[in-house]
Formats: sequence, C-alpha cells, structure tokens
Amino acid sequence: MPKIVAVTGNEAVAEAFRQVNPDVCAAYPITPSTDLMQRFASFVNNGKVKTEMILVESEHSAMSACIGASAAGGRVITATSSQGLALMWEELFIASGTRLPIVLGLVNRALSAPLNIHGDHSDGMGARDCGWIQLWSENGQEAYDNTIQAFRIAEHMDIRLPAMTCMDGFIISHSIERMEYLDDEAVKNFAGEFRTLNPLLDIEHPVSYGPLILPDYYMEFRRAHAEVMSKVSKVVLSVAKDFEKISGRKYGLFETYRLEDAEIAFVILNSAAGTSKDVIDEFRNKGIKAGLLKPRLYRPFPYEEVGEALKHLKAVCVLDRADAFGASYGPLYIDIAASLYPYKERPLLINKIYGLGGRDYLPEHAELVLNELAETAKTGKVKTFKEYIGVRE
Amino acid sequence: MKPKGWKEVAPGAVITEAGSALKFKTGSWRAFKPKWIEENCIQCMFCWIYCPDMAVKAKDGKRAEFDYDYCKGCGICALECPGKKGNKAIVMEEEGK
Amino acid sequence: MATPLSLKELSKKEVLLTAGHRMCSGCGAPPVVKMVLLASDYPVVASNATGCIEVSTCISEYTAWKIPWIHNAFENAAATLSGVETMYRSLKKQGKIDKEIKFIAFGGDGGTYDIGFQSLSGAMERGHDMLYICYDNGAYMNTGIQRSSATPFGADTTTCPAGSVIPGKLQQRKDLTKIMAAHGIPYVAQASPSSWSDLMKKVRKALEIKGPKFMNIIAPCNRGWRSRTDDAILLSRLAVETCYWPLYEIENGVTRVTVKPKEKKPLVDFLKPQGRFKHMFAPENEWMLKQAQEEVEKNWERLLKEEAFTAPKEEAAKE
Ligand SMILES: Cc1ncc(C[n+]2csc(CCOP(=O)(O)OP(=O)(O)O)c2C)c(N)n1
Ligand code: SF4
Ligand code: SF4
Ligand code: SF4
Ligand SMILES: [Mg+2]
Repeated sequence: MPKIVAVTGNEAVAEAFRQVNPDVCAAYPITPSTDLMQRFASFVNNGKVKTEMILVESEHSAMSACIGASAAGGRVITATSSQGLALMWEELFIASGTRLPIVLGLVNRALSAPLNIHGDHSDGMGARDCGWIQLWSENGQEAYDNTIQAFRIAEHMDIRLPAMTCMDGFIISHSIERMEYLDDEAVKNFAGEFRTLNPLLDIEHPVSYGPLILPDYYMEFRRAHAEVMSKVSKVVLSVAKDFEKISGRKYGLFETYRLEDAEIAFVILNSAAGTSKDVIDEFRNKGIKAGLLKPRLYRPFPYEEVGEALKHLKAVCVLDRADAFGASYGPLYIDIAASLYPYKERPLLINKIYGLGGRDYLPEHAELVLNELAETAKTGKVKTFKEYIGVRE
Repeated sequence: MKPKGWKEVAPGAVITEAGSALKFKTGSWRAFKPKWIEENCIQCMFCWIYCPDMAVKAKDGKRAEFDYDYCKGCGICALECPGKKGNKAIVMEEEGK
Repeated sequence: MATPLSLKELSKKEVLLTAGHRMCSGCGAPPVVKMVLLASDYPVVASNATGCIEVSTCISEYTAWKIPWIHNAFENAAATLSGVETMYRSLKKQGKIDKEIKFIAFGGDGGTYDIGFQSLSGAMERGHDMLYICYDNGAYMNTGIQRSSATPFGADTTTCPAGSVIPGKLQQRKDLTKIMAAHGIPYVAQASPSSWSDLMKKVRKALEIKGPKFMNIIAPCNRGWRSRTDDAILLSRLAVETCYWPLYEIENGVTRVTVKPKEKKPLVDFLKPQGRFKHMFAPENEWMLKQAQEEVEKNWERLLKEEAFTAPKEEAAKE
C-alpha cells in the first residue's frame, strides 16, 4: 500500500534511491544535494540497502568512479549540485558517449561567481547538451517519481544513456510537502533487475572501453548517439504508462495546464510552475484564457510535441531560471523558439529571466507577465523580447 | 573493407574483440631488421621479455623466430642480447638488403 | 601454483598485451605493461589514463588488450578503477561474482604526478584493493614532450626548452614514490624494466596484499629523451646503476632497497646518451651537472638511512 508522508524533496529522492537499491553510489557533498546523500549514506551504513558507497575526494572523481562502476556492470547512482556538476562536466560527456546508464540526482543551484548556494537552473542548463537524459520536477513527488522512472528509461536496452533528475535547490529539496511513497516491493519490481551490456567484470569476454576514435569514425559515433536520443521520448512515455499502473499518477513529456483553449501561456520549468498555475487560475476567473506548459523531459527536448502544443497560442512567455550569456535569450526560450519555428502561424514569443540565485518568484511576477502577454495578444505588439524580472534597477 | 556506417558502430565505442590490434601489422615501420643467428643463441630469453612489440616468438619455453609482421626494428633485442662468447645472436641489418 | 619467475616458464604464458599496438619503435612503456601482466596469474581488469600507452593500444576497433580494460580520461585512472573495484565488491557480496580478480591502473607521470594526483591520492586513502602503476617517462610525451613534475632537473622539454636564459627545467623532480608511501598504504615500490625479475616480484607481492598499492616504474622514451631506439632497457639500467632511480620497496613502513648497484656509476653515464641533457655538458652549465649529481647523492643517502632506520629490529637481531 502506498504511504502518505510529509517529507522534503531530498528525503524523497533518497527514499527512491533506497527503494531501487543500486549496487554502487559515488558522491561528494555540496549544498543543497548534500542532505540527499547524507540520508542515503545512512541507509548504507544501517544496512537498509546493498549499495557500496564510494566517498570520493571530488565530484570529478565521483563521476569517474560512477563510470568505472557502471562499465563494470551494475546499477550506479550519484547526486550533486552546481559547482559539483560543473566539475563533472568532462565526465558527463564520457558517461553518455560510453552509453552508461548512471542516474544522477541534480538539486539545482546557481553557479559561481558570485558564489551562491540557492536554487536556479544554471547548473542543469550548463549540462543540457552533454548527451544525458534530463527529467525536471516541479515538486518532491515528481522528483521521487522521476527518479524511479529514470532507471527504467536509462537502462532500457534501446537507450543505455545516463539520466539526471532535476529539482529546485532549497525550494523543493529542503521544503516539507505531503506526498505518496510507493511500496518497496512495487518499486523493486518496477525497476527490475539491472541488465548488463559488455560488463568489464566479465573476464571471460574481455572488452575495451574508451578507444581513441579518429576523424574517420568520430562522426558515426556521434550520429549514433543522436539517434539514440531520438528514441528516448517513446521510452519515457511507455515507462510513464507502466508507472501510472503502480502509482495512479500520469506523466508525459511535459505537463500542460489549461493550455488547450488558451490564448496566452507560460512555459516554465520546475517549482515556479506551481506558483504560476495559481495565478493562471485567477486570470481564468477574470475571463482571460491563460495556460501553461511545463517541460518534464528537457533532454532530449520533444520539439515537435511542444510545438504542436503551443502553436495555436497568441502570445507565449518563456520563463528562464538561468541565462545563456551572449545568446540573447535564456536556454529554455531558445528551445521553445526552435519548436515553434516550423509553424507559419505561431505565437509571439517573449522571454523573462527570473529567480536567479534563489531570488523569489512571486505571484506578482506571474501577474505582471500575464498582463503583458494579454496586452501583446490583443495588440500583436511586443514590448520587449527579453528582460530580467524581479531585479532592482 | 568498407568503412562502417553510423548504424553499425558499436554502442559506446566498446570493443568486444580482445586483441584485435593483431590485425594491425606494424612490420612496415621497420627501417632495420633483426636477424637471429641461432648458433650464438644461449636461450636466455632476454629478447623475448624486452621486446616492446611482442615480436620475438617463443615456443615451449624456447626462443623461436622473429615475427616480422610486427617487429618495428628498434634494435633493443640486439642490444640486450648477450650471445655466446661475445658473439651476438641478434644483429640488425638494413631493411630490404 | 604460481608460474615460476623464470623467462623460460613465463614465455609459455600468453602476453595479454598484443602486438599491433602503435607505441613508437623502441618505446620503454610496453615492456613495463608486458612484465606487469605476465607477473599476475590472476585475472586482471585494468584502467588506463590518457597518454602514450592508452592512445597507442586502443584505436578505433583495434585493441591490444586481452584483458578487460577501460580508458576514461587523463586525470582519473585511479578514480575510475576505484569504481570498477567497488562494483566488484558489491557484486561479490551479492553472490553475483565469485572469481578472484585483481585491479591494476596504468598512468603516465603526467596522469599520475600531476593532473591525476588527487584522484590517485583519494583512491589510495579510501583503501581500494588495487595496484596503481605509474610508468614514468618524465614528461607529457603523448602531447609532444612537455614538462611534468616528474621531468628531471635540467631536462630540455618543449615547454621548458634549454634556452639562452633558462637552460631547461630548473626544478628537481617531485618524489612521488615517497609521497605515496606517506599515504601509509601497505605497499609502495619503485622498479625498472631492466630488472625484470625484481619488477615482477614486486608486482606479485603487491597483488598478494589486500588494499591499495603503488608502483613507480621508469619507462624510457626515446622520442622525449632524444636517445636511440635500441636503448630503452639500457637507459633504465643506467638509471638504476647511477642511483638516479633506486629500486626499493616500502612494505608496511619497512624500506628495503631491493637492488643495490655493485659500484655506483656517475650520473653523467645516464645523462650523456640523452639529447635532452645535451646542454648540461656545455662549459657554462657545469653547475647543472653538479647540482643533478648532488641531488642523486642526497636522495640515495637518505634512502639508505631510511632502510637502516626502518629495518625490523628484533628480526635483524635474531638473524
Ligand atoms: C584534462 C586534460 N588535459 C590535457 C589533456 C591532454 N593530454 C593528453 S595525454 C597528455 C600527456 C600525458 O602525459 P603522461 O601522463 O606523462 O603520459 P605519456 O604521454 O608521457 O605516456 C596530455 C597533456 C587531456 N587529454 N585531458
Ligand atoms: S627489433 Fe625491436 S621490435 Fe623487433 S624484435 Fe627486436 S626488440 Fe622486438
Ligand atoms: S637474447 Fe640473444 S641469446 Fe638470448 S634468447 Fe635472445 S637471441 Fe638468444
Ligand atoms: S613518445 Fe615516447 S613514450 Fe610515447 S610511444 Fe613514443 S617512445 Fe613511447
Ligand atoms: Mg609521461
């Protein structure tokens, strides 16, 4: 029987890891993900899991050890945030290029400088093109559910790619909310036994990992990786279907909220979607047809599906909790623009950068932007394509 | 052999055929060629252990012929060879002579 | 029973690094790998840092390895192998594997003394059951002979060239073997391919000890040392005979010099055949030769003192 609990996001993801019961975990502390790994370490040291823990001396070594452990032939996890993910950067590409289904719990946090330990999406966005699967989560429940599903997606024999699940640092990782835990048995059966592919520890069949690939073949390997990425969304949907059977909770590639008949909408990731939905309800009550799209599978990005879901709108604002310096627009905006580009008739698209380094995203912000969108929809004129909101002049 | 297309390359570039480098013959790198003079050989096997290219063959614990498919002609075997009574059992000769 | 350490018997074994690799002709590194692999009668899983060995033994679809082998990146052979070894422990505990497997990491001096030092130090401190082998050729050879902290004093490299103002590398080498010993790990040793039997004995000993082990093995590089293609073994022997590269081991804190040169040769015997030290023989650079020799003396004397100091007292008395 599922259990109703009141826990933090970190607690929930640690619980998901405990229930999946991986073979090896290598991790290094960094706020706000430290608390997640501390909880998991206590499961290890109290015999609640079979996992062997490697308490490495850096995140670079954490991901290096995960790669070694995964190639050896077993289920591997880690968690990190911010600078930790940045330090792993080199290894992220090696994990995905080597097609190793490592699962990483990313607790989103701002990047230095200036130093800041609070939630924003700069870390995850910096890793968006590393060839990993990224699942983003609005709240602790989604983080828990996504973590459990991530194993099935990553380890699928057609996929074999690493996956990171993202949730907002502090806002979700450290806030207690009511959620539902599945039975240990149900999670165990759902995740299934780990299936190996070319394990290093099979000494009867010695394999070599990590060859030098010259220009005559490098592109073929990259093309093959791109092809695997294109198969991910199908697997994500089929895993979600199975997950619904054990949880009753529905997941897609993204969530739409009152979007079907909407004229204006937000596209927004993670926790800020919650606040936005409340404000959207208020606007609906005033007769303004507002809606929202919240990406879940952010990498690989489901461009076609997102384009189809948004194309009928008059005006859309993409809210980015990270900036892509020098690219003019935030990273999410760039993806949404690319999704809509193939359509002749498409909404006007604006971009707001919000909530950096843990800056609050308040209902007033959502209201201001929805008002601007309503005006844009009416006049067909855009005031500014991109601006920072919630920032002092 | 026709180069493989992207649909045929191994996932993650993992090589499953151990020792496949044997298909890559390095003998053509050679400028000098070692010659074994068997009568001077004392079967010390130094040439076998020191050869960087596994190009000295051994059979039943004894030194056998050079493997010219791979020998790069470095001359380590000749330099290290003690030979018999000061007579080397390996000499280097210019390739193609 | 373990294969006797005689070349006759060893030559009946399969060498698990095959021909067809693309190291330069006369490179000193392949004999090191060959000897290490031959020394083990256990199945071995290896990791390899980016560098000459890695790049030349596994290209495209060609691998020279007949053992399971993983190259991850430059600075993390130790961390990568610690992951492999931990998975092994996990699966063994779960009853999914029963074989006895040994774990060996190979890294060049750059990948070990410098960029991979943290990863190595961490893996050793954590106590993984692995043997880390540094093949020390004294520079970043794979990228074209750049200086590393293992580059000997005076050497001419592409990043510390022997110029008219700065005559090569002005710093002494980092003594990594001692630094690894300071980690308090059960076994640390220095070896040379010229002393194949000593090298293989050390590998054997290391593999029988549970926990982290470190071996530093000199591996001449004719390209970087600017020497002949046939002198890799000769130079590694001269390194030992001049006491530039003493052969010793530190087992549970006890230092033992395993090969003592009958008569200590002057360091110039080792330096002279190498083009990278050529400028040191110019009259104005005499001080460099002197300083290099002094450093060797100092280290050698200290090593002998350490040996005497750490020798097990009671056993010595009994004998
Ligand atoms: C992070 C990183 N920095 C730099 C390099 C470039 N690089 C590759 S191998 C190498 C030198 C290797 O030197 P060493 O470890 O001494 O091995 P050797 O080539 O001498 O055998 C360098 C600098 C790299 N691959 N990765
Ligand atoms: S010349 Fe070099 S490569 Fe050829 S057999 Fe002798 S040692 Fe080996
Ligand atoms: S080194 Fe010389 S003497 Fe010794 S086995 Fe080889 S050829 Fe014979
Ligand atoms: S550059 Fe030096 S170390 Fe590298 S393969 Fe050539 S000889 Fe060996
Ligand atoms: Mg080197």
